[in-house]
Amino acid sequence: MLSVAQVDKRYPNGVLALAGLNLTVAAGEILAVVGGSGCGKSTLLRLIAGLDSPTAGRIALDGTPVTAPRAEIGLVFQEPRLMPWLTIDQNVAFGIRHLPADERTRRVSECLARVGLASRSGHWPRELSGGQAQRAALARALVGRPKVLLLDEPFSSLDALTRGDLQEHLLDLWGDDQPTMILVTHDIEEALFLADRVVVMQPDPGRIRTEFVPPLARPRDRTDPDFLRCKRRLLADLGHASGFSRQRVAATV
Amino acid sequence: MSAHAETASACGAALAAASVKETEASPGHAWPHTAWPGGNRLIGFILPLGLALAWEAAVAVHWADGRLLPTPSRILAALATLAQSGELAGHVLATLQRVALGFAFGVAAGTVLGAVSGYWTLARQLIDPTLQALRNIPSIAWVPMFILWFGIFETSKVILIAVGVFFPIYLSLSASIRGVDRKLVEVGRIFRFSHREMITRILLPATLPSYVVALRSGLGLGWMFVVAAEFMGAEDGLGFLLIDGQQTGRPAVILASITSFAVLGKLTDWLLASVSARFLTWQDSFKPAE
Repeated sequence: MLSVAQVDKRYPNGVLALAGLNLTVAAGEILAVVGGSGCGKSTLLRLIAGLDSPTAGRIALDGTPVTAPRAEIGLVFQEPRLMPWLTIDQNVAFGIRHLPADERTRRVSECLARVGLASRSGHWPRELSGGQAQRAALARALVGRPKVLLLDEPFSSLDALTRGDLQEHLLDLWGDDQPTMILVTHDIEEALFLADRVVVMQPDPGRIRTEFVPPLARPRDRTDPDFLRCKRRLLADLGHASGFSRQRVAATV
Repeated sequence: MSAHAETASACGAALAAASVKETEASPGHAWPHTAWPGGNRLIGFILPLGLALAWEAAVAVHWADGRLLPTPSRILAALATLAQSGELAGHVLATLQRVALGFAFGVAAGTVLGAVSGYWTLARQLIDPTLQALRNIPSIAWVPMFILWFGIFETSKVILIAVGVFFPIYLSLSASIRGVDRKLVEVGRIFRFSHREMITRILLPATLPSYVVALRSGLGLGWMFVVAAEFMGAEDGLGFLLIDGQQTGRPAVILASITSFAVLGKLTDWLLASVSARFLTWQDSFKPAE
């Protein structure tokens, strides 16, 4: 279980990015965090990943505080961030560099096959398409079999077709070890398609506005009337959270 | 869940099939378009050879006077004479040795200090202002002091060359370490890299391309400074040959020395560039059309 308790984050420039944030994520849960830009959702993910430390409050995984990056917590960034000087298999091996060489080779090729990149193993990152590069990044995060997988808008720079394909693929991959997943996104459809629970954040200072458990059976269908109903509901929450509807009302009056 | 799994694996299979096809037809693995693989490089010889031939012809038909600017044939003859007497080899070896030593010391010092000041802010604050100030002194200005301190022989020459080589290496390395993509460094942090791993597995490869450029410009400066060093009283070396040619009124010898500098400089740069190219095949760089 991952717990975020009374967490504040103030940046050196004085900006209060998060204030009094509380969040508990059960093992194996898929949680989506949505919100407009500047609501602190990426900050939250960086804190959980141990890349930054909170100004106040506590983050713990299974009772142990997270103060620095940990092997049990994997992170997929918005960009693939593959090392351009390493081939794809070497990039994936980054995550398990402490293992003996033969074990490493086996795990890497297994993982690459799992994300559909077996044939790209010896290629340079520059030879991959955007979707393939993000698959490789996913493989790099998963190869160490983390308990928690954090995803920071992982598919936002991909085209709609590739994005849909990778979302399904992600669910499929989750089925293997069923890690806890926290997905930060601004794509409501993505959140509803993937998550067991959706948390809506609002800015100034960043905090949780509301939570929503979509009453949708899996596998989910983006065109299903229930799915669309959830989408409308979430859109309304989000519009409210960013102050958008209030502004619009003010503009029309 | 199962329907999704099927879709995903079907997509995976299609993707794998597509990528196999792509590999076969990949332009990166295709043969060069030219019928003769070395053809492109030989283009570089057209300009110097053309100019040489034009000058040779101009002097032959008495359009120009070849006395102060000797023809290529006379330069080659001078080179041949120097080579036969063994004199040329001696000068070339002496100069090469000075450049090699000066380059080695300059690169070593520039690399160590550049790496330290790029990676460690406190060290940067401590040494960088001083080095930046020293950088603005023309290296030749040190010659009188170097001669006083290290004597007229090899030491002062090698140190002068090393100083010239040092600055581009130092500057470029410390700047390029600071310019390494934060995003890649964060990947290292996520995987809990130690300082050493961060340096060897991320900073070093990331700075390699600009480091190679710095090495090449450092080497160029090395060749420049060796002439200055040999002007300040040497008994051998191509710079000595140059002065000797001037003092004995033999322009062909001066040009023979200059030609040797050009050839040696180009050769050593080519050597450096081709050795380093093997480590930089990963670069996704601009490749102009042929």
